[in-house]
Amino acid sequence: MSGRRIVITSGKGGVGKTTTTANLGAALAKRGARVILVDADIGLRNLDLVLGLEKRIVFDVVEVAEGRCQLRQALIKDKRFESLSILPAAQTRDKDAITEQQFAAIVEQAAEQADYVLIDCPAGIEAGFRNAIAGASEAIVVTTPEVSAIRDADRVVGKLNDKKIPIRLIVNRLRPAMVKSGDMLSVDDVCEILSVELLGIVPDDEEIIDTTNRGEPIVLDESAKLRTIYEKIARRMEGEVVPFTNFDSQGLFGRLFGALKAG
Amino acid sequence: MIEWLKRMLGPQTSSSTAKERLRLVLMTDHLALAPEIIENMKRDLVDVISRYVEVDREKVEIDFEREDRALAMMASIPIIAVNRPTGGGGSHDEKPAKPEAAPPAASATPSTASPSVNAATEPPKRRRRKKQPSSKPATAH
Repeated sequence: MSGRRIVITSGKGGVGKTTTTANLGAALAKRGARVILVDADIGLRNLDLVLGLEKRIVFDVVEVAEGRCQLRQALIKDKRFESLSILPAAQTRDKDAITEQQFAAIVEQAAEQADYVLIDCPAGIEAGFRNAIAGASEAIVVTTPEVSAIRDADRVVGKLNDKKIPIRLIVNRLRPAMVKSGDMLSVDDVCEILSVELLGIVPDDEEIIDTTNRGEPIVLDESAKLRTIYEKIARRMEGEVVPFTNFDSQGLFGRLFGALKAG
Repeated sequence: MIEWLKRMLGPQTSSSTAKERLRLVLMTDHLALAPEIIENMKRDLVDVISRYVEVDREKVEIDFEREDRALAMMASIPIIAVNRPTGGGGSHDEKPAKPEAAPPAASATPSTASPSVNAATEPPKRRRRKKQPSSKPATAH
């Protein structure tokens, strides 16, 4: 049976697509799923770096498309897991070095040997985006609770709706204290504005910078707070009903209580 | 406690400002991305108005303007002639001024903007791809 093909996209750059792809892939693989991560950001290859696999690249996705190598030759196995590998993007090629059809065919082929193919989409809504969504049957839209990221996410949601690709949302880099003080949009606000089903809430935490610096998936860091966050998202992806951690504003009572304590 | 009172009574928080601004900008984005919605609405609007007055279909203009807290639709519909009341009083019984102005039932074909049927019962921001209904008088030329 063919695996699920999920594109991870956002419209805006810098909201955490690659980090999300890497850590969700690792979380799923840790649970025993066979996972292939595809870096669709041709020319701006980064997924390998985030996962600490940059030294092991031999072939890339464009070379697979051009028939210079087999898919299995280009896949880099992450030795820290039983069943995680990545298909790197080409770093020195252009976005139009590969067509939508070629990309979709590669994703399809990858899905034959994996339970999950996660596609790390480039920023923007041009050719790179069209390639990345070409082979996808589901989408995860990543956004941060900021006006520019949400507006761009809305554009991407519109494009995915046009293609009838089902979407779920990850709100990344939430700062609960700011939400409580009314200085940041809440997860409810973001979901309401985008009208998309919520898949996960990832709080803003410095530890992700630290693990990314070292090229280590956060799910392998037993002391990391974010580890459980990504594991919960992975469980939801597998169909489990996992309650969301409540980072959002307290009710009036909580606010009153908080104010009394503070003042 | 003072902080809390300030929060309760003071100006709106930046997050509610952000939400309000996003709601407006997304409505504008959605309209700009769906020209066929505007065309359909224009046609339906003119059909309805044509039941009462004769309008110059070629010169109808529709614009959307951002107002303080809402998106407003501005329609400029030049009127050529006003139908003389037939005495019956029931406006729906009047003959349409122009042959192409369809009878009431036929002109009410649902356009792509059909979700706005629920506009009265639901807060406007809860639905995707819907414009805020905001009536403006048609200006006569």
